[in-house]
Amino acid sequence: MPIELDVNGRHHHLDVEPSRTLLSVLRDHLALTGTKYGCGEGQCGACTVLVGDHAVRSCSTPVSAAAGLAITTIEGLEREGRLHPVQQAFLDEGAMQCGYCTPGMIIAAVSLLRANASPNEQQIVAGMQGNVCRCGTYPRIVSAVQRAAASRPAATEGRQ
Amino acid sequence: MTTRREFLERLGAGLVVTLVSRDLFAQTTSHQPPATSHQSEQIGAWLHIGGDGHVTVYTGKVEFGQGIRTSLAQEVAEELRVPVSSIQMIMGDTELTPFDMGTFGSLSTPQMGSKLRKVSATARELLIALAAQHWGIAPAGLTASDGHVHDPKSGRTIGFGELTAGRQLVETVRDDAELTEPTSWRVAGTSVPKVGARELVTGRHAYTSDIVRPGMLFGKVIRPTMYGSKLADFDGGSAATIKRVVVTRDGDFAGIAAPDADMATRALAAVRATWTSPNGAQPGSSDIFTYLRTNILKAIDERGGEGGRGRPTVKGDVDAALAGATKRLTRTYTVAYIAHVPLEPRAAVAEWSRDAQGDKLTVWTGTQRPFAVRDELARAFGLAPERVRVIVPDTGSGYGGKHTGECAVEAARLARAARKPVKLVWTREEEFRWAYFRPGGVIDVDAGVHEDGKLVGWKFDNYNSGPAGIEPWYAIPNQRVVHHPSDSPLRQGSYRGLAATANHFARETHMSELASILTMDALQFRLKNIEDPRLHDVFTAAAERFGWGKPAPAGHGYGMGGGFEKGGYFATFTEVALETRGGVREPRVVRAVTAFDNGPTINPDGLRNQIVGAMIQGIGGALFEAIDFDHGVVRNAHLAQYRVPRFSDVPKIDVVLMDRKDKPAMGAGETPIMGMAPAIGAAIYEATGIRPRSLPMARHGLQSVSEVPTGR
Repeated sequence: MPIELDVNGRHHHLDVEPSRTLLSVLRDHLALTGTKYGCGEGQCGACTVLVGDHAVRSCSTPVSAAAGLAITTIEGLEREGRLHPVQQAFLDEGAMQCGYCTPGMIIAAVSLLRANASPNEQQIVAGMQGNVCRCGTYPRIVSAVQRAAASRPAATEGRQ
Repeated sequence: MTTRREFLERLGAGLVVTLVSRDLFAQTTSHQPPATSHQSEQIGAWLHIGGDGHVTVYTGKVEFGQGIRTSLAQEVAEELRVPVSSIQMIMGDTELTPFDMGTFGSLSTPQMGSKLRKVSATARELLIALAAQHWGIAPAGLTASDGHVHDPKSGRTIGFGELTAGRQLVETVRDDAELTEPTSWRVAGTSVPKVGARELVTGRHAYTSDIVRPGMLFGKVIRPTMYGSKLADFDGGSAATIKRVVVTRDGDFAGIAAPDADMATRALAAVRATWTSPNGAQPGSSDIFTYLRTNILKAIDERGGEGGRGRPTVKGDVDAALAGATKRLTRTYTVAYIAHVPLEPRAAVAEWSRDAQGDKLTVWTGTQRPFAVRDELARAFGLAPERVRVIVPDTGSGYGGKHTGECAVEAARLARAARKPVKLVWTREEEFRWAYFRPGGVIDVDAGVHEDGKLVGWKFDNYNSGPAGIEPWYAIPNQRVVHHPSDSPLRQGSYRGLAATANHFARETHMSELASILTMDALQFRLKNIEDPRLHDVFTAAAERFGWGKPAPAGHGYGMGGGFEKGGYFATFTEVALETRGGVREPRVVRAVTAFDNGPTINPDGLRNQIVGAMIQGIGGALFEAIDFDHGVVRNAHLAQYRVPRFSDVPKIDVVLMDRKDKPAMGAGETPIMGMAPAIGAAIYEATGIRPRSLPMARHGLQSVSEVPTGR
């Protein structure tokens, strides 16, 4: 079935089953492998992408539900070699170990900062609770979100 | 596998330093048959300096998030006197890197790190000698820095690349190469940023699960419900008729390869497989501890088990000592089976090819033991090991859970049937059901103390958990310490820290209990029984940072746990509060301090990251992680049913690095997990009067805190 997908500012005409997960279409059709499979049931957040400004679990979203909407993946945050402030903050804080959760964490943080440009620690914890870092780098991720919030314009940057 | 000669030809000009004895190296570089694993086992590492000054290091170690790619490069940079940015680490590729047992046991820093320092120091001394030769002067007085040799007298300088360009120099490591003292380190010992971090924040790094090969298909394996089942009947059904879908069966293995992952999942639903379940009752979570205690593998037990590590340790006369003790305490502790839950599940991409010598198999897979998986694949397909290449991309974590090659073998079977490359990524559910677990176990402790607080006798019986960290590091004159391996109903294996977490939990909880019945301060009681000054120092350093000795806030409790394992000394103090979450009153760790001594620190920022991560992971196993199973089936094979630590579970954490520059550098990936459970348990006791003796301690809130474990 033909589906129109708008990813990272690029328009794609795809012929895929509408019930396919957005995750598998991004990874296997569009070669956007920065978005990860972690659990397939929306529990870990590794597959998080932005639909508009909202963090969405792409592993449990049918591709048809995202058709025509502005989707941003981790690959869409960097602009002309310049990292998004949230990406830069994760680098500056060393907020990763194996890095497998990192794209989902960064996308979730971008979404959080778009809803609340200067969240306090409790709001960060509440906003990021659905993302798992099995290596346990949580304190650094909280610091990275705080650092990004302090480095405006984290909230608006990276909008398609 | 590439021979040394082929390898050197591939490298071309430059300086190569190998870690191998001269005689052996002479053999393998001549026109001899390819080096066997046994020979190459003795080659620890390669280092190559190209004509452009670039340094390439070849090691069989792998990067799983622990930061070893960065810290090993720092050690090379330090001894070779080059910038970290000029070093490329080639890791975990069985065709390019020398044999390595695997990345486990916190051995990369003490073993590979020290080898690479020696290799690099040899290279540095050779380069200085080459420069001296070049200038026609004596090498004494020449120095190396920033990739150059300098002559301070004349002010002349020459680059490493220039010295080696146009010729190939092969040298072996020199035992007398002079290592830089940790007190003089400039690159090692500093917080060099993680190598490759930019590729992680941009999503560009290709994990195994991200690799795409030309014509690649996506695999799925057909699984039974119950462990030990046999495939009785198999019918590809409508799956076999789907265009471009390959269905294959070989004995108890059956699987599918399809052009995309969703099609593979659909095809999986269309096949019909009938399984024969094993006969007889199987134990479940409810009776597991009785089962482990009564199903000891006696033959193994009497021989000492696991290469003798399980042999009883006997000192003095423990029965007499216990009988004569002022106070005696007997308790049983238990630990549940738990899962590693690496966020990247097992994954493999397998590709078959043919050349003049026949079939060749290349597999990309995230394993901690690339050479063992190569051999596993060679056995599975009747190939010579050198006809199999295993490549390990930097992997989405393992924590001891990725030692084996089952996923690699499955992908290779599917690729052989499909005659195309196949990617197989286990689902989270498969990871929960078909990987292996940290062993569950039962531990009995019977200890006696003199009225002055000195331990006099210590009996410790560990059923199935494992022998790691089983021996007490308290000074106890009379001991009997035994590990009894049991017939585990679940597949079990390595896990961050192995059984040392369970053994420290039992030992340190018992110490806290003994302190209580003696009405002694828990820290003073421990210090009275510690002889090793480094252990003494971590306890006092953590106590000071934590503020031990002050009363806990109302409703809160303080606790501690510490020890020594894999060359690292640690002490952890925690503060626990009781909070109501979702209508359930549960203990929450609000503050934790760990003091850690693993010799000189190679990378302080990376070390803190490892310690904090281990402490947070330790909260899961301490408070809520457990595998539920019965009748050979895991009942909570989903993240929604298996709770792992999340943001809201994280306490305020403080880390004290002892940074002992006068001691050898040891690993850090595992040991800092071990203090959490006993420290949290003791803090729960102080806050509530309930003494948890089973891990996890409070899976369903405070009412579930199991004071007396089942099974006795």
